[in-house]
Amino acid sequence: MTALTPVLSAHWDEPDSYTLDGYRRHNGYEAARKAITTMQPDEVIQTVKDSGLRGRGGAGFPTGMKWGFIPQGDGKPHYLVVNADESEPGTCKDIPLMMANPHVLVEGVIIASFAIRAKHAFIYVRGEVPHVLRRVQNAVADAYAAGLLGKDLYGTGFDLELTVHAGAGAYICGEETALLDSLEGFRGQPRLRPPFPAVAGLYACPTVVNNVESIATVPSIIANGAEWFSSMGTEKSKGYTLYSLSGHVKNPGQFEAPLGITLRELLDLAGGMREGSTLKFWTPGGSSTPLLTDEHLDVPLDYEGVGGAGSMLGTKALQIFDQTTSVVRAVLRWTEFYKHESCGKCTPCREGTWWLVQILERIEKGEGTEADIEKLLDLCDNILGRSFCALGDGATSPITSAIQYFRDEFIAGTHTPAWELFPYEASSLLVGADA
Amino acid sequence: MSLTDSTRAQMREIIARYPQPRSALLPMLHLVQSEEGYVSPEGIEMCADELGLTAAQVTAVATFYTMYKRRPVGKHHIGVCTNTLCAIMGGDQIFAAVKKNLGVANNETTADGEFTVEHIECQAACDYAPVMTVDWEFFDKQTPTSAVQILDDLRAGREVRSTRGPVIEDFRATERVLAGFLDGKSQQGPSAGEPSLLGLRIAHERGEAAPASEQKEA
Repeated sequence: MTALTPVLSAHWDEPDSYTLDGYRRHNGYEAARKAITTMQPDEVIQTVKDSGLRGRGGAGFPTGMKWGFIPQGDGKPHYLVVNADESEPGTCKDIPLMMANPHVLVEGVIIASFAIRAKHAFIYVRGEVPHVLRRVQNAVADAYAAGLLGKDLYGTGFDLELTVHAGAGAYICGEETALLDSLEGFRGQPRLRPPFPAVAGLYACPTVVNNVESIATVPSIIANGAEWFSSMGTEKSKGYTLYSLSGHVKNPGQFEAPLGITLRELLDLAGGMREGSTLKFWTPGGSSTPLLTDEHLDVPLDYEGVGGAGSMLGTKALQIFDQTTSVVRAVLRWTEFYKHESCGKCTPCREGTWWLVQILERIEKGEGTEADIEKLLDLCDNILGRSFCALGDGATSPITSAIQYFRDEFIAGTHTPAWELFPYEASSLLVGADA
Repeated sequence: MSLTDSTRAQMREIIARYPQPRSALLPMLHLVQSEEGYVSPEGIEMCADELGLTAAQVTAVATFYTMYKRRPVGKHHIGVCTNTLCAIMGGDQIFAAVKKNLGVANNETTADGEFTVEHIECQAACDYAPVMTVDWEFFDKQTPTSAVQILDDLRAGREVRSTRGPVIEDFRATERVLAGFLDGKSQQGPSAGEPSLLGLRIAHERGEAAPASEQKEA
């Protein structure tokens, strides 16, 4: 049985956990002091490299290595941009983290900016979460007032400005180069790479873009050491992380655990499936990660384990669906999302997601044809790897994995509507007069 | 037209936050919505004027992002999450109940100008599904009955409080927060809702924690 390891969430149950006083009560901002007053920037980068921290935004790229790509002595401004545009369907970890403990993110920003020699950092928060924005804005204002941001931090001559920026409703801005275009005041469309942001990012200057949870994890690594961090987790997936369970479980919620915990263990913590229900399919890390089934209950939820099962760890957003759920309905709804959010820059994604929706709508109504299933797979084949960015790739994941595991349901969509096979009210959590 | 010299002064405040002026465009458009209730032609002109852009350049940006509205939004913006997880957990029924109660379709505004309704994408609150929003504030674990009650309370001018956030004011007030102006409401609402705390509570019960630090506190 894997023991839970609350670090980021350790004090979320305190009524003032989001305030400067609440954060300082638990040694808040001491890691920043330690980094800036006792360490060299390269030492900080090395410590994060040694810890084995990998990006928590989905791709799992080693954070310290990303920092190490920033050229030094190049005479250009460097920038740190925190990707707080959490919008991947099912993903719900950064939002509660910033609401309950925005200061750990601000402290992480200070340490990371010091390491990459940035004097200006940005937190790009999606626009649809004003209360989270308030908490982050206030944390930053309080940090300025306390001399933790601004000029000559800790009397070392290190200056840092931190700007909180609200997006305006565009999933694509979670893609790091689209985020940079958006932050520059343009439509949020991805950029061709190379050059990578480490060379030419914000304002064509060297830029690190990191996920909220990645940056928020850094203070604990600096405070406790790389070995402390890497003592948790598995061989190639080190440390603790936030797992989010949602859907047909008794008690949905957040669980901070070492990488490598299994869905079986997490389901147990969530009180199991809801009454009278059995697991049908689930996403390991948001809707862009291929679906898994009850065959995969014991897969270690780390980068390698989930990869080995044919999916991706992604954002560790475990959306759980039971036997009442029509996989066709679920996949159609996700596909409508990708169609809506496709930025339109490249043809495979813009046109492909549109056609995928047309076909899936037919299948949901029971009006599909046998050829439709092959057509779906053919379209996916023409989107995956041929789109400009990962949005197109992600759009194909639910479809190809659903057909892999539940082809019969798509075949049934040639003669019977999904809502007859799986009455939709049976899937909802509504009871009594609402059901 | 409600844009004034004060709006222009606030736009310059926003511009001053960034190394390059154009970065201010998104929050400036939020500011326009906080004054006008939508991205008005006058607002586009003012942004363009302040940033040295053409109105066409500003419009190209404004039309890309879902939260910028081309028509006046009602006093309150009502969002219902109908992305897969919320939809299946009951969001589709909630959205139907809200539209029926208000007598409008998606992206429409009631004749009295009180409510604009929109089905929205994943709000990153899946452990609180099904969710809706009023002026983008969280309303967790909703039902058709609770959703309609919220609409009734808003209509009657009763105090309505977000389940994880402040007392509701209106759409324009939220847009001001998005433009980056503090409104003194950050202390309203809890640190975290119960689902966010579930793992922590279980860890406490079981006496589980991260390993002790190997290093002395700095």
